[in-house]
Amino acid sequence: MSSSVLYDLPGPRGRRRNLIIGVLASLAIVGLIAWVIYRFNATGQFEQRRWVQFEYQAVQTELLNGLLATLKAAGIATVLALLFGAVFAAGRLSDHRILRVPSSAVVELFRAIPLLILIFFGYYVPLQYGWSISNLWALVVGLTLYNGSVLAEIFRAGVNAVPRGQTEAAYAIGLRKGQVLRMILLPQAIRSMLPAIVSQLVVLLKDTALGFIITYPELLTVGKTIGGRLAFGFPYVPAYLVVAAMYIGICGLLSACAWWLQRRLTRVRTTAAKPIPLNDVGRQV
Amino acid sequence: MTEFLNVLTDHWSLFGQGFGNTVKLFLIAGVGCLVLGVLLGAFRVSPIPALRWFGATYVNIVRNTPLTLVFAFLVFAAPKLDVNFDYFTAAAVALTVYTAAFICEVVRSGVNTVAPGQAEAARALGLSFGQVLLEVVLPQALRAMVPPLMSVMIAMLKNTTVAAGFSVVEAGAIPAYMAEFGEPQFYVLLWIAIGFLVLITPLVLLQRVLERKLAVAR
Repeated sequence: MSSSVLYDLPGPRGRRRNLIIGVLASLAIVGLIAWVIYRFNATGQFEQRRWVQFEYQAVQTELLNGLLATLKAAGIATVLALLFGAVFAAGRLSDHRILRVPSSAVVELFRAIPLLILIFFGYYVPLQYGWSISNLWALVVGLTLYNGSVLAEIFRAGVNAVPRGQTEAAYAIGLRKGQVLRMILLPQAIRSMLPAIVSQLVVLLKDTALGFIITYPELLTVGKTIGGRLAFGFPYVPAYLVVAAMYIGICGLLSACAWWLQRRLTRVRTTAAKPIPLNDVGRQV
Repeated sequence: MTEFLNVLTDHWSLFGQGFGNTVKLFLIAGVGCLVLGVLLGAFRVSPIPALRWFGATYVNIVRNTPLTLVFAFLVFAAPKLDVNFDYFTAAAVALTVYTAAFICEVVRSGVNTVAPGQAEAARALGLSFGQVLLEVVLPQALRAMVPPLMSVMIAMLKNTTVAAGFSVVEAGAIPAYMAEFGEPQFYVLLWIAIGFLVLITPLVLLQRVLERKLAVAR
């Protein structure tokens, strides 16, 4: 632990003390896990009847369909949010006040409104006027507006992270505004913000679970259906554990991908821009 | 326009109850996630490998789990484990458990922004561990922690709306009630959006002020 700012390398006495605390902490953690397992066992969560339906092909297909519905919503929303973000980032970076001010207002507004309320706009409002809009699109509208606004901020930060000298040099050799953006700024900015974009996609994927609230048949909704079956003893616990494992697996892979990109970026240095920080927690909550 | 205003004035008590519960949930979960998050953060920077492992595992699991899933587990699955909460408590626990993972990250990266040389110099002067922590490391780390901590809290305030999907009468649940009265939902949702802007704007302004005040040249 010489890497920590808080502690020096421990001496013999410190090592002994750390060992004792470590053993006690390990015991506490093992105790906690044992208690959880005991609780599961005492309430019969390990019983065969509660798990047997995961062996049925129909249930596996059900889970797969839920996963596909989740990925579909996430996929459509990703494409639209990237477009939305690109348009409004361009607006905010514009030299013209008339574009800059409304773009800033839109981005700030949609970042301040809770995502669920944005989804409700897509869900309740068409319902009221009798327009038929599927709850997939209600979910996609909400995800696009919110994540698009966050992405617009990432894009703007990415373009701003390219040192001024690059722009000045590009103008000096006679490039026009569009050329500077297309040939000089964007290629470097995209490299510096790619990890942050990927980590925002994890957030988007997680947020598709809000589709549960407007009864979009995504993974979490399927989990509740599977858990609510009387014939299998209401296996909510096994159902949610399986669903959680699926979410954690996919999101974990994407997060790992973002970290890999970030490390690669600092190693390869194909851009003059500083990487956009990945661990911006406010964005991820 | 009058119709727009009437939506609020006719249902004043529902909006009051809704936003009242939102604020209550925010305050309770806010204290809860700060306590749990700081504890987990302390685990992550401790010299005990078992505790560091526990903190890291917690963060990695919770960070990749949707908040809605945490809610669903506490509301539907926990009773099957003979753990019974009422809906409001379940919502507060879900927000606490989820947000604590992000607070933990703030604490960890805050402590890590302090250059090791600072603590080394402090130890070289003969300060004790407590003194190093309280006089040298924490004052610097706190400055780095406050702005992201505010962002997490703002995000948590917005996340309280998820509780609406799990039978808590808070701001996000207002549209479902209004649907029964047949009120124009567009206006209802606009009022809710305005309500959140009113709640969030002071927090954002406070964050900007603190950020400027606490900025240090390194």
